[in-house]
Amino acid sequence: MDRFRTTGAARRLIAILVVLGIAFATTAAMAKGDTTGDPPSAGAATPDAQSTPDTPAPAQSATPPVSPAAGDDDAAAPSATDDTAPENEGFDYAGTVAALGEANYPEKRRIVSALASHPQAHTAELLAAFADNRLVARESDGKVFVAEENGNDYDLRDPITFEPAGRASTRDFDPVRTNIGLRQNIGAAQAQLKLSAEDAETRLAAVETMSEKLDDNAADAMRAHRASETDDDVLEAIDRALAINDLNTGDNDAKLAAIERLSGDNSQMVYNRLKNMLILIPEDTADADQARLRAAAAEQVERIDWWRTVYDYLETLFFGLSLGSILVLAGIGLAITFGVMGVINMAHGELIMLGAYTAFVMQQLLPGHIGLALVLAVPAAFIVSGLVGILIERSIVQWLYGRPLETLLATFGVSLFLQQLVRSVFTPLNRSVASPEWMSGLIRFNDLFALTANRLVILAFSMAVFAALILVMQKTSLGLKVRAVSQNRDMARAMGIRTQRLDALTFGLGSGVAGIAGVALSQLTNVGPNLGQSYIIDSFMVVVFGGVGNLWGTLVSGLSLGVLTKFIEPQTGAVLAKIIVLIFLILFIQRRPRGLFPQKGRTAEGS
Amino acid sequence: MTRTHANHGPVLTRMLGDTGSLIFVVVLIALTVAIPLCNLVAEPGSALHVSNFTVALIGKYLTYALLAVALDLIWGYCGILSLGHTAFFGLGGYAMGMYLMRQIGDRGVYGNPVLPDFMVFLNWDTLPWYWHGMDIFAVAMAMVVFVPGLLALVFGWLAFRSRVTGVYFAIITQAMTYALMLAFFRNEMGFGGNNGLTDFKDILGYSLSSDGTRVALFVASGVGLLIGFLIARFIVTSRAGRVLEAIRDAESRTRFTGYRVELYKVWIFTISAMLAGVAGALYVPQVGIINPSEFSPIASIEAVVWVAVGGRGTLYGAALGAGVVNFAKTWLTGAFPEIWPYALGALFVAVTLFLPKGIVGLVSQLRRQIRRKEPS
Repeated sequence: MDRFRTTGAARRLIAILVVLGIAFATTAAMAKGDTTGDPPSAGAATPDAQSTPDTPAPAQSATPPVSPAAGDDDAAAPSATDDTAPENEGFDYAGTVAALGEANYPEKRRIVSALASHPQAHTAELLAAFADNRLVARESDGKVFVAEENGNDYDLRDPITFEPAGRASTRDFDPVRTNIGLRQNIGAAQAQLKLSAEDAETRLAAVETMSEKLDDNAADAMRAHRASETDDDVLEAIDRALAINDLNTGDNDAKLAAIERLSGDNSQMVYNRLKNMLILIPEDTADADQARLRAAAAEQVERIDWWRTVYDYLETLFFGLSLGSILVLAGIGLAITFGVMGVINMAHGELIMLGAYTAFVMQQLLPGHIGLALVLAVPAAFIVSGLVGILIERSIVQWLYGRPLETLLATFGVSLFLQQLVRSVFTPLNRSVASPEWMSGLIRFNDLFALTANRLVILAFSMAVFAALILVMQKTSLGLKVRAVSQNRDMARAMGIRTQRLDALTFGLGSGVAGIAGVALSQLTNVGPNLGQSYIIDSFMVVVFGGVGNLWGTLVSGLSLGVLTKFIEPQTGAVLAKIIVLIFLILFIQRRPRGLFPQKGRTAEGS
Repeated sequence: MTRTHANHGPVLTRMLGDTGSLIFVVVLIALTVAIPLCNLVAEPGSALHVSNFTVALIGKYLTYALLAVALDLIWGYCGILSLGHTAFFGLGGYAMGMYLMRQIGDRGVYGNPVLPDFMVFLNWDTLPWYWHGMDIFAVAMAMVVFVPGLLALVFGWLAFRSRVTGVYFAIITQAMTYALMLAFFRNEMGFGGNNGLTDFKDILGYSLSSDGTRVALFVASGVGLLIGFLIARFIVTSRAGRVLEAIRDAESRTRFTGYRVELYKVWIFTISAMLAGVAGALYVPQVGIINPSEFSPIASIEAVVWVAVGGRGTLYGAALGAGVVNFAKTWLTGAFPEIWPYALGALFVAVTLFLPKGIVGLVSQLRRQIRRKEPS
């Protein structure tokens, strides 16, 4: 509307006429649309508005009204008459804005609220400026401006039209101050302006912002808006916000009704209000109504508490599964090299570490493509760690088959070597691998239950890797040969399997999977030369607990150890939980030396 | 691995009938006598003088050597690979450390006559029960052998009874020392947490910083190693020692012959743990600190490598390996700190691939080759 470059009352008159015209057109269209038969004046006046004595029924007045005195508290009195924005007769917008200059905080709050209920073209900008502390008042006459600092001067703008209004020394102005509470009010007011946005998402966000600081004005605006709202989610959010508002300000019946309406709601906000109610109403209250209210609130609190316990358990379970999935990832490669081939590879942890560094290097090679680099790092890490594994097998392990303890020492030497190599190349400092957007943040299921995205992704990834590995072992000729050799090496060789080549490939496969585990771990911890060390004992435990030579056993044991650890942790703390699990494992292995799912038959007796 | 055994005759000839063992004992005694003399009598600056630093260093090697002998006793002679022997070493060390802590008395930073500094720091007002009596030397020394021995007895009994062997045993011992390390890192355990026990002042009333005490500790380490070696030799040359070797080479067959394999194993494992505990107790006053990193699985594996480098199944080879590897470590970490991990890693690989019998095996092979050449 800044095309109307006129001044004073004339401008206001034109504006109101235009606005009225639009209002008529809109309501006519709406009436046609849903045939509710509303009067074209759009006078869906709320009871509040009608009961406000000093507001003339505005829709009927054709003449521009004379506003109440500027700065008067009543200027902020609710006079909202419709959900559609342009119902501004009877409201002195300019006067209200001008009153900001000398208002105290409660007045400012009311003004902000009133402005949001009677928005004009630049109200949003005005509120934004206010929130940014860019509103100033001239010392001489208290006139309010939007100011932009420019050296020692302000570039001024009119707060209503946002026309430039010259330049003046900062010394002649006082800022219109805000505080945290007021800024929340401003936020709610800004949200209220967005209530009429086209986009349902924006409206939903607006309702949620408003509900954090809902005053009567905003509640009225929301109530008014509710009539025209079509989106179910937004409607629900509005109902909830209004019900919560009723919990605070309503009378006894309204509160009861609100509790009833909120009975499916587990959010922190509702919980706090209900708890508060329990504190405010004494337990032995004589008032029957109050007692009923208290009972209703207590019931809801109890219900929410119950759900909280349930979701707490679910969350612990998830953390356990998440830890378990990491253990499975770390252990599954070992399940192949140790379980299937009987080779103790102490360098397994370092192969994991190499995978993690591969992820780091990929991100350095593809700056700006965090997600792509990470996805590409999976095959790259498989290849890098796999090749290193084959190298280890060909150069060292192949000479030591049948001597597991010697293999252990030699591969431990390799692990020291690799650690130092990484230290020399990448420095001993920890590197961090960035997380792509789809792996960061929370995935919220409801008010009480949210899971971290990266852990969820890693859980799924771990299961996928496991499934792929099972497929390789069960459905490919490589898998068939690996199983044959692990069962009876001599017989397999007699059947024409080139066992040497196969050993190298199997070792490479296990090592490559370790590399993949490293990529996943790089999303959870910093990548450093000692990364592998911290997983080697856990990996061995998982494999031995599950039963050597049994991939499914590794899966079950990894997940159950993870869950066990996480369920012990709240009682004992992380370190003690780990110690307890280790002791449990030591005792378990002594009871059942071959793990949960031992291999049966003649082949199992060999080692 | 055939060896001739002198199972007849006096004990001493039996134990020292082996040339290598005899040389080892002679060299060890010579070292134990000569180095203190060179330190105390020879003038500083003369070619024969041995500095205090070197005395402490060699003293430390001697305790490592005792740990290696303890490991070789079970690994070399009974085929039990323990990757958690530093757990026993550390426990013995902590027992000694507790005694030394109590000797500080009110000379600590906080001046509390009973509570060690770290307990005052943690706002504890009473001594935990297991710290009582540790101010008496005899009690502390009993604990040095008793605690590791008890742990080994229980752990070994549980493990060997259910026939946990080989790789599985190695892994659970590793888990044991790892769990102990985590436990000792906790302040609530009452062992000084992360920092461990340190700031020792004196032992049996003698200041730990005086030259005389240092030399005495060195001699004690030498004597400790000697006694430990002789005990081990006594065991392996006895009838029971032959059963142990039989278990190593064919466990099932030994069992079927009628021997209670698990009893032999538990027994030798416990003795080995006690020796390791003594080694730890001798180690702590010489280095002046004990902390949970002594329990780290890596340290255990390193100890196994000393044995492998020296040559397992000979006892003196293990002691030799501990000395050689640690000397190389001291030298390399000083001269080329970057190189040491590479060298250690390469050493692990090279020894297992090319020197399955260690340095001792290499020496005897060379001797055999020389002898074969001589007649021609």
